[in-house]
Amino acid sequence: MAASTAAVAVALIPLAYLGVRTAEAGGDRIVAELWTERVGLLALRSLGLAGVVTIACVLLGVGTAFLVTRTDLPARRLFAVLAALPLAVPTYIAAFAWVSAAPRLEGFWPAALVLTLCSYPYVLLPVAAALRGADPAQEEVSRSLGRGGWRTFTAVTLRQIRPATAAGALLVALYVLSDFGAVSILRAETFTRAIFVALELGFDRTGALVLSSVLVALTVLLLAGETATRRRGAQYARLSGARRPVPRLSLGPARWPAIAALLAVAVLALGVPAVSLGRRLVAGTSRPGALPEVLTAAGNSLTVSLAGAALTMLLALPLGLLAARAPGPLTTALDRLAYLGYALPGVVVGLSLIFFGINVAYPLYQTRWLLALAYATLFLPLAVGAVASAAAQSPARLEEVARSLGRGPWTVLRTVTLPLILPGIGAGAALVFLTGMKELPATLLLRPTGTDTLATELWTSTAVGAYAAAAPYAVLLVVVSALPTWWLVARSGLLDREERP
Amino acid sequence: MSEVVVSGVIKRYGRVSALAGVDLTVPSGQLTAVLGPSGCGKTTLLRCLAGFERLDAGEIRIDGALVAGGGRHLPAHRRNIAVVPQEGALFPHLSVADNVGYGLDRAARRSDRVEEVLTLVGLAGLGDRMPHQLSGGQQQRVAVARALAPRPAVVLLDEPFSALDAGLRAGLRHDVRDALRADGATGVLVTHDQGEALSVADQVVVLREGRVVQAAAPASVYREPVNLWVAEFVGDAVLLPAVVEQGVARTALGEVPLAGAVPDGPVTALVRPEQVRLTTGTGGVAATVLRHDFHGHDALVGLGLPDGTRITARILDGDAAVALGSQVTVRVEGAARAFPTDPAPGRPSPAPVRLAG
Repeated sequence: MAASTAAVAVALIPLAYLGVRTAEAGGDRIVAELWTERVGLLALRSLGLAGVVTIACVLLGVGTAFLVTRTDLPARRLFAVLAALPLAVPTYIAAFAWVSAAPRLEGFWPAALVLTLCSYPYVLLPVAAALRGADPAQEEVSRSLGRGGWRTFTAVTLRQIRPATAAGALLVALYVLSDFGAVSILRAETFTRAIFVALELGFDRTGALVLSSVLVALTVLLLAGETATRRRGAQYARLSGARRPVPRLSLGPARWPAIAALLAVAVLALGVPAVSLGRRLVAGTSRPGALPEVLTAAGNSLTVSLAGAALTMLLALPLGLLAARAPGPLTTALDRLAYLGYALPGVVVGLSLIFFGINVAYPLYQTRWLLALAYATLFLPLAVGAVASAAAQSPARLEEVARSLGRGPWTVLRTVTLPLILPGIGAGAALVFLTGMKELPATLLLRPTGTDTLATELWTSTAVGAYAAAAPYAVLLVVVSALPTWWLVARSGLLDREERP
Repeated sequence: MSEVVVSGVIKRYGRVSALAGVDLTVPSGQLTAVLGPSGCGKTTLLRCLAGFERLDAGEIRIDGALVAGGGRHLPAHRRNIAVVPQEGALFPHLSVADNVGYGLDRAARRSDRVEEVLTLVGLAGLGDRMPHQLSGGQQQRVAVARALAPRPAVVLLDEPFSALDAGLRAGLRHDVRDALRADGATGVLVTHDQGEALSVADQVVVLREGRVVQAAAPASVYREPVNLWVAEFVGDAVLLPAVVEQGVARTALGEVPLAGAVPDGPVTALVRPEQVRLTTGTGGVAATVLRHDFHGHDALVGLGLPDGTRITARILDGDAAVALGSQVTVRVEGAARAFPTDPAPGRPSPAPVRLAG
């Protein structure tokens, strides 16, 4: 318990520090910074972008999920994989690919398009899993009570997938609010970009702090709103019983437009970036001196992410074990607090850790450890989830049996608990490691001077229009991101072979 | 081979008393069934015996040695008590042989003890399988073998058969009893299934609301229950309002002799359905057949007496067939037991008819 509290405390350093510094700036100064036309415009544009992208993602995600799980669409498995693959493309790489293909592309709507194409799998995956897992008996009962196909879909099916859709939509909204790379490359003026510009170019720390606080407030509002609207009982418990394959809807001639729509999305989300990157890659790798630079950056990415993953897992172990073994109000509160760090934009975390490093922990400033701390704050929930589900692999009952057979606590830990939970913990560590590799904003702000990672090299090259030089980094990053994506997709059950009835 | 003595054990969860002063003795080398409805504290008692829970008061001794109570709490792994949980809880990452050998030291693991206990539970030769390759019944057998292997002082079985289907259950519980007996093990079986407790145990301990109500041999618990609640819990019961005069009960079924000396006055008489016989001749009370629940080997017949009392009779298949609505004559064979008419605590006034299954 003590270890868990400490872990949450470490994860919340940035947020606490942000509050302290903002308060220090003084009330008048804050009001002066806050009540400007620019802040209002920024807020409108950030929220508008989040709203547009979330709605588009829900439509695209639910529609695609239904087509691949519930209809007789040809080549469903192929389309399922194609639809999930955009997760492997970090938004700033997609933005880079589009800009390098059409350099005039910039502003709100291009940003909305790129963000939608990258984020709709966040809705697709949970909804597809819910559609596959839903009990067909409920739909059958509805039909047997005289409801037609369409009314059954709206009254039963849509309600079954409501929690999954809401969870996916929340992820998308948080993701868009905290996105930095794509909006910056596409020059859509939002909070994250304004914070970065204020800090890096204007050295306006108070301005950056106030903007960050507004962004955090928006994030918290979004989280609170989601919790408030999630009614009791919205999380349906699946009753026990043998799972049956869900009957599929026959599309008939409607399958051609369906295929065309899925193909169009795939071309936009995957084809454009692939072609664009491919063309630039040839030019980028033939440039003299490219290879050593890329290797150095890859090495830096590797060490920084490894340190981050190690620290994150160290903090996540007590939290995850506690969440799995001792559920209770305190555990839930600790769990929620850890998630707050996840919703924090990387720019804000980076910013607050800069101040923390300069003023409180100067020995850490300009070292990889401060960056590792940022990763721990950002990715702790990811790791806690992995540890908690791994711990569930070794129920307390098994340990009791082992003890009743005369084995002491340490022997039980070594022979029963660890062998059962280590694979899950390893997967969690790998996930954090790979996610750290592609993190951009916090890395950009916190990396020690002269240390460039894959993500920051890509950023620097793009900023000066050196698209060819940026291409090798982009390709490497896509490869790195593809692995956790594969893990997520495999876990969602989208790739499971269909049980024959 | 060990005797377990539990005295005055109290265990509370917050303000709820799960065990409110339990006293019981588990004789060495025998199987004791702890029987009670859900929520009576039987699983808590088992967890206290195993050492997974600390006592709030009272003590537990194994062969005279104090293992819990008086500030002492011997941890589970030093008690030499093995458990067989409800769902088996085999270690999923170990083979059957490794599961069974888990509680053995290195030398014993190399001896043929593993194969010996696997043979006892009828799974000889399956040591190389993994748990997920076994059926539910086989997994339970492995769990029993695993508990027996280190020759523990006591084996605790926590409703180990309840997740299995009926046909499998009957066979498995007798195999398990035989295995325990062959190994000379002392066993405690926790169950809510009266048939299971009565058929396999040497001693039945009836637990209710955290207290032991009766501890006796299965036949005694069935034939001589200490109160009406136990009478109805362990089997079907016909309860008749009666007046005692000189050791004989006057009931709606006529005069019935009583077991034991009972003072004159109003009582509730207990008769088991199998004591109610249907006859065609005279010398009984007329009754109308109201229900007929066929069970194959026997049938329960619901009867209405002229004064409105309803009773139940158990007839064997092959006895004369009865049709709904037909008139029959009934009489009681053997003695009834008398209980004070005041309703037992927590129970409404005795209903004349119980068709409890």
